This record gives sequence, C-alpha cells and structure tokens, in this order.
Amino acid sequence: MTVLTDDILPTSGRAVRDEMIAFAVMAGLLLIVPLTGVYPFFVMQALCFALLACAFNLLIGYGGLLSFGHAMFLGTAGYVTAHALKVWGVSPELGILLGTAGAAALGVITGLVAIRRQGIYFAMITLALSQLLYFIYLQTPFTHGEDGIQGIPQGYLFGIFNLARPTTLYYVILAGFLFGFLLIYRTINSPFGEVLKAIRENEPRAISLGYKTDQYKLLAYILSATLAGFAGSLKVFVAQNASLTDVHWSMSGEIVLMTLVGGLGTIFGPVVGAFVIIAMQQYLAGFGQWVTVIQGVIFVTCVLTFRRGVIGEIAHYFRRSL
Amino acid sequence: MRLHGISALLAATALASGFAMSASAETIKLGVLNDQSGVYTDLSGPGGVDAVRMAVEDAGGAINGNKIEIVSADHQNKPDVGTSVARQWYDQDHVDAIFDIPNSGVALAVQEVAREKHKIVIFSGPASSDLTGAKCSPVGIQWTYDTYGLAKGTGAAVTKAGGDTWFFLTADYAFGQALERDTAAVVTANGGKVLGEVRTPLASPDFSSFLLQAQASKAKIIGLANAGGDTVTSIKQAAEFGITSGGQKLAGLLVFLSDINSIGLKTAQGLELTESFYWDLNDETRAFSKRFFERNKKEPTMVQAGLYGAAKHYLEAVKTSGSTDADKVMAAMRANPVNDFMTKNGKVREDGKVVRDMYLFEVKKPEESKGPWDYYKLIRQIPAAEVTRPIEESACSLVKKG
Amino acid sequence: MYVIPLLGIPPQVLFGQLLLGLINGAFYAMLSLGLAVIFGLLNIINFAHGALYMMGAFCAYFLLNVLGIGYWPALIVAPIMVGIFGMILERTMLQWLSGLDHLYGLLLTFGIALIVQGVFQNYFGSSGLPYAIPDELKGGMNLGFMFLPIYRGWVVVFSLIVCLLTWFLIERTRLGANLRAATENPTLVRAFGINVPRMITLTYGLGVGLAALAGVLSAPINQVRPLMGADLIIVVFAVVVIGGMGSIMGSIITGFALGIIEGLTKYFYPEASNTVVFVLMVLVLLVKPSGLTGRAT
Repeated sequence: MTVLTDDILPTSGRAVRDEMIAFAVMAGLLLIVPLTGVYPFFVMQALCFALLACAFNLLIGYGGLLSFGHAMFLGTAGYVTAHALKVWGVSPELGILLGTAGAAALGVITGLVAIRRQGIYFAMITLALSQLLYFIYLQTPFTHGEDGIQGIPQGYLFGIFNLARPTTLYYVILAGFLFGFLLIYRTINSPFGEVLKAIRENEPRAISLGYKTDQYKLLAYILSATLAGFAGSLKVFVAQNASLTDVHWSMSGEIVLMTLVGGLGTIFGPVVGAFVIIAMQQYLAGFGQWVTVIQGVIFVTCVLTFRRGVIGEIAHYFRRSL
Repeated sequence: MRLHGISALLAATALASGFAMSASAETIKLGVLNDQSGVYTDLSGPGGVDAVRMAVEDAGGAINGNKIEIVSADHQNKPDVGTSVARQWYDQDHVDAIFDIPNSGVALAVQEVAREKHKIVIFSGPASSDLTGAKCSPVGIQWTYDTYGLAKGTGAAVTKAGGDTWFFLTADYAFGQALERDTAAVVTANGGKVLGEVRTPLASPDFSSFLLQAQASKAKIIGLANAGGDTVTSIKQAAEFGITSGGQKLAGLLVFLSDINSIGLKTAQGLELTESFYWDLNDETRAFSKRFFERNKKEPTMVQAGLYGAAKHYLEAVKTSGSTDADKVMAAMRANPVNDFMTKNGKVREDGKVVRDMYLFEVKKPEESKGPWDYYKLIRQIPAAEVTRPIEESACSLVKKG
Repeated sequence: MYVIPLLGIPPQVLFGQLLLGLINGAFYAMLSLGLAVIFGLLNIINFAHGALYMMGAFCAYFLLNVLGIGYWPALIVAPIMVGIFGMILERTMLQWLSGLDHLYGLLLTFGIALIVQGVFQNYFGSSGLPYAIPDELKGGMNLGFMFLPIYRGWVVVFSLIVCLLTWFLIERTRLGANLRAATENPTLVRAFGINVPRMITLTYGLGVGLAALAGVLSAPINQVRPLMGADLIIVVFAVVVIGGMGSIMGSIITGFALGIIEGLTKYFYPEASNTVVFVLMVLVLLVKPSGLTGRAT
C-alpha cells in the first residue's frame, strides 16, 4: 500500500506550522461563508461529506485499509437519527448521539469480521457487508424502502439553537465538522497514529516489535466508522431525508473518489475532494445527460495525471506535508 | 413577486411586490427536474423538458410582459441531489414552480422541500399515490397518473373480462408492493382470486425463475407490479419461455409507450395496460404528437404529454391570477378546469390529484400495426370516477372530512 | 409416477430452478473468467468489464441492424471489435499504471465505465433495444419438468466450452506459461526475447473479448441496454473474489455454482436472491481468506 500515499514527512516543527496555517485559513474561510452569499446548503452538504471523507481517509491513508463499504456507516447513522427525530421526537443532540452510536456499534460488529483480512480482500469484505446491510434496510419497515424517510424536523439544538434557520444550522454543522476534523488530526499525530502508519508500512515488523496490530486496526476502523456515522447524522439535518442511496455501494465509491481527488493520506485532501465532487454533482446537474460522462472524464484525468490528488500534488510541489 | 421567503425581510419584499408584474418586467421561472442519465430517461428526460418548452412557446414566451424562463436538471435518482437542486432553485434562483420528478423517492423528498418553502411542485413522472394521500401538500399536484389509477384501471378491466385468477411478480420495494396491494384489492373486489406472488429484487437481470413460479401457479393472469427495466425483462422472458403462448396473459401495471417501443410488438403483443395518454387517440393528440415528434424524433409518453398540459395550466393560472404567489396560483389552478389535448374537463382536487380519464389499451399484434409507433389499440376509456381514489377515502389531511 | 420430494419442493420445480441457475451461472462464469484473466495476469481490477460486456451486446445489435450481419458471425466479430477497443484502452491508459496500487487501476476503469455508459445512454436512451433470437435456436423443448428454450441450452453448452478453452489456453499451453511467467518476472521473460508489453495488451484484449462474447450471448435474452453491465458488475466481482482473485478455474466453478445457489434462493427466499452472493462471500472469506482456490498473496 506504500505507493498509495506520498512520503509523509516526519512531524517537524515546520510541518506542524504549515498545517496550523492551512487549518486557520480553512476555518477562517468556512466561518465567513454565510456572509459571502455563497449558497449555504451546498457548503453544509459538502462539509458533511468532507468529514465522511476524512474519516475514510483515516483508515486508508494512515491505516492502509481500503474500505469499500463506508456508506453503511453514513446510511445507518442517517436512518437512526432520522427515525429518532421523526418518530420518537427526540432532541437533535440526542438524535446525533443515537445515530453516531448506531454507526459505532455497526463498526464494532463489522470490524471484528473485516479486520481479519487485508488488501483487496478487506475491500471486498467491507463491500459485501455493506451490501448485506443494504438488503436489511430495504426489507425493514422503518426505513420505508426506496421512498426513504422525509420531512425530518430539525428542532432546537440544546433547546436553544433553532436548526431550521440556515445560518444557525450552518454554524452547528461547521462546529461538528471542525470537531471531527481536529479529532482525526489529533489521532494521526498521536502515538496511536504513529503505530498505525508503522502497520501500514510494514505489518510483520510492527508485529515483531510487539504491537497487537489487529487491535490497532480494529480501533482505527471503529473510530473511522463512528466519525463517518457522525457525518451521516449531521447530514440528516441538512438534507432532511434519509434514503437508500446513502447505503448503496455507489456511495461508497463516491467516498473513495472524493478522497482520491483531494489526495489520499493528506490531511486536507479529503476536504478539498469532497467540495470538488459535491460541487460537480450540484453544478453539473444542469448538464443533464452528460453528467456521468463528465464524471468519468474527471476520474480518468485524475488517475492519469495527478495521482496524488489536488492537495497531494500541491504538497509535493512545495515539499510540504498538508 | 418573489414569494414567501424564509425571513421576514423577504416576506415583506414579497408583499410589496406581490402584484408588481406590470410595474417591472420580471421573469417567471419554471424548473424541470427529472432523470436524464438513469433508468427513467426515456419516459421523460430531455423530451419532458422540451414538452415544457413547447408549452412556454405556445404561451408566447411571456405573460403580461414577464418573460418565462426554463431551467432543468438531472436528479440522478438521488433524493439528496433532488432536494438540494430544488432548494437552490426555490431559494437562490427564484424558480416559481418545479415540474416532473419521476422516481417516487425523490418526488416525496422534493414534496417536503416545496412544502417548507411554500412553492409549487407539479408531478408528472412519479407514480406513488402517497403524494396526494398521506404525504399530500397544499402546493403539490400529481398531474398525470398514480398507482391507484393504474391498479384500478388494469385490475378491474382484466378481471371483469374473465381474467379472474392472478399471480403477481412484484418488485420488492415500496412502489411495487403498493401496486400489488392496490391491484389485489381490485381483483378480489371484482370476484377474482390472487393465487400467489413472488417478490423480485430490484433490477434482477433474469426473471425466468420467477416466471416459472408464475407458470406453475396456473393463474390466468400474471400481474407485473414493477417498472422500467424489470417490466421489460419480464415481458421479454415471458415470451421466451412460452408463457404468453401457453395461454397465460400478462397485465402490465406500469408500462410506458417507451417500454413497448424498446421491447417490440412481437414480444409485447397482447399485453394489457393503462395509460392516461396515447399519441394516436384523436386528432388533437395526433396534432400535438406530430409537433413533438418533429422536435424529438419520438412520440411523446404520457409523462411528457402531461408535462405540456401541466405547464400550460400553470401558466394560464399565473395569467388569470396575475401573480406567481403559490397560494394564488394554486387557487387559480384549482378553480380553472383542465382542458388540453389530453385532458377534457379535468380538475385539480384539494388533495392535489388531477381527476382525469384513463385508457385501457392492448398492445397490437405486429400484423395489426401500420408502422412505427403504432402500438396500442384502445379497449376502453375509463371514466375518471373509476380510476381516482374517492375523496372520502383519502388519507390526505387537507381533505375536510365532514 | 413416483416422485421423491426433495427439500420439500416438487422435483419438477427443483430441476427447473437448478437448470435456470446453471444458465445464469454461465454468464457469471464467462464474465468472471475475463475478470480473473485480467486480474491474474495484469493485476488490474477491471471495473470497466460491465461496460465492455454492454458494448459486446450493442456491437451485435449494430452488426445486425446496420450491416446486416447476423448472430453467428457476430459471435466472432463483436468480441474482436470490442477486444481491439480494449487493447487501445490498455495501450493508451492502463499501461501507465503498472507497478502502482490496484486501487488506481480500479478507479481508472471505473471512470472509463462511466464514460462508455454515459455516451451510449445519450445516444440510445435507457430502455434499450430488442435483439431477436436467431432462427436456428428459436423455440423450445419440453423436458417434462419444464419448458426449456433452446437458446438457453445453447448458452450453457457454448459458454462451458469457451470457459474450458480459456482455462486450457492459460494453464496448459506454452503461450499461457509464458504469460504467467511474464507476470511473475517481466524482466526475465523479456530476456528470453518475448515482447512482454504486447503480450499484456493481447491478454487484456482476450479478457475484454470474453466480456463482449458474454454480451453477444445475452443480447437475445436481455434487452440491449446501456446499463445492462452496471447492474451485473458487482456480483461478478464477488464471484471472482469467492473463487480466489485471479484463479481461472476458481472463477468458472464459482460462477456456475453461484448461479445454482441463486436459483434456489429465488425459490425459497426470492427477495434475497440478489444478496445471497454477498453472504457467501463473507462466509468464504472468513473461512478461507484467499478465496476457494486462490493462491496465497
């Protein structure tokens, strides 16, 4: 898996400073979005997917595990949150908590099965598990099959913040995204993250050094699942619906695409990738029938010409880690 | 003329300019949101957009000096994409009404956005009768057809004609199950019997196994409670396995002209189906279809024809009410009878359903067909009362029960 | 007549379902065989396989409707045409990815699939075009327990032959041995004077040709639709994984076996018939990590 990611420079003072600057720029830009007249719903949606892609990237970029079933966490959390809000009438914070917990639980169960395999087999087993889940969601009545759950009430977060107001919702989503992003950043740079990178580079050696690699991988998998679920729960408030598309394998493919376009194993890559792909979906919608062709062309160009992704290429050019 | 916004400021502006059409020339914007790259492309897609364009051209491209514009988008059959496009259209691009939306899942999601923004949405593509039932909206209209009408139309007619034992091939999702349930009720009500059903996963590449089970049931009629590719495959393979030549008959519960065109008469002959429009019904439908054909090289499906009618009716309502305010236009659309080449004295009901006649057709044998697109023979024009859910049975909360 | 009820279902039904399963298995086998050849020898996970299968079917359609070339010549011409298209893809794009992670090949071919499907959809719509069963294979036989269309019988026999020939070509001939050697150690094989890049291109063409051949075979059964391969590709992937990535015989056997298991599922629990393959995949991978016949990687 080493060829997947460019060399990650050792965490030097300069690298940390670069990342801090990049983070400040990103957070600053995102904070002023509502003032700029950029359509906030688009940015909110992109933020949810950005968090999802970051969670996915934690697994592939730093753990070397390519999951082809990450949509199952997104969808599960979405369904749980949607159901809790609409049918049980719980408060938004409890809804998010339940959804994220649901994804985490699913992460534990599927992780125990999937983590035992590597490489392409890991990808395939996660794909299979997510297809099973798709089937279950198609059959269980609470998801309403292909109609999905719509018209989900947004409610008041902590009883104070009215999430039906776009600006309030925007800042809540942004706070959620930044929280998740920093958590991932912290994880990557922790001793735990270092062990993960060691496993990615050379698993037998990590084992011989006395690390229980399976436990590390499982933990990374569960963390990634939980954060993906968190993104799914947040997305419910933006889209106000939960549907089967979020559990379908093509959604898992889209997550891979976002991360690849932005740059695998880069910290900011998945965020950029998510914005690019969501913007494409949104703005290409007007191109009608040529949408898929354009998407395909972007895929091909991306793989053939800038394999490191947008951020990866920039980082490589300036010899920085981003 | 921008309508009720989310904020008080916008609402105030809307009030101030509610009747501002003559003062400043503003544009009236229509959005067509449908599938342009997936399985529902043929039944509406770019042709559907063009049908709306024809209606706009026929209205002279402007109403009271206000230009009419059309925007269109592909919802890619994803509720997420559908709702975000709809939201952006209503919020940012000031679209006044959205049309079409085949795929019930996307349609139900957009219905909620339209309800929240209090803007008009007119469905021509989606089948689910929930759109005017439990999920009805004061600003939503289901124009062309619904599952209730299809089930009643085909189910009752076929059962009365002697097809009194049924076996269903049901697409295993909400739409298929609803179609099966409604049809089964009609069959039993008319003295028929349902011998069994098999639930087939969506987009099965092979139906032979299910068809064999249908054959073994010895039912006279095999009801196809599915749509699109599934219907096409099941009809094709029923012919291959000699089921249709063996005496059993197929009843298509949701079949479009575009499906028959792609299967061919040889395979599809004898199939009975219900639609609300066929190009070759009378002089008026032929006149419209001729125009449509010259532009699109295809005869229009009922969804495309319905889109023309819906846009025409909407624009007339804007004209008579002198406004694009959702409530005023809805009131005018309900008050005016619907009259165009495919609809005679139709009515937009309080739950949003358009009350219209439907037609039961049988697919012609190849030797009966005089040329391309000559596919259906009319068996019966079904009066609106038989194919519309009675208002007192409606689950819609807008219906005043008294 | 004395019949033994098996598994609680009448034997007529059971035989019928088994036979139908075998027929579907024939398609799975041919498609997964092509995938396995490409993966085993080129290390590319060919996501464009479904799109190329579709192109095979469209090719047959054009040959018939534009050039008046019938089904039988199409069985040979269409795979060659699509195979050439595949070789051009390999030469112009895939070649540049050798030595990189599998993921890039997968993503590139996924992009190619989107382009091909999108272009076909723009020109031919979504509901597809009819292709008639050739006159020689029309009609059916009454087997007593079911009515078997002759064409379906032909599909099983023909694809079994093709599968075995391919297996023989790769595992039992000198050409196949060179090919396998070239993937293990290209430098060494080149030293023997063998043009390795050309061989790889030809192999990709062979895998693609197999997909196109399956497309031609399925044209009279299924509608010729731009998305006909997109629905199938994930299942075929699962077959390859269950059989053991890259294993030729594994794919063939798994393909047929899956068809049969799916056929039985269609009777006992039809709702799950599209999902059963993934249950199998999870089970197999848990018990035998590298697939049923896979070589350890």
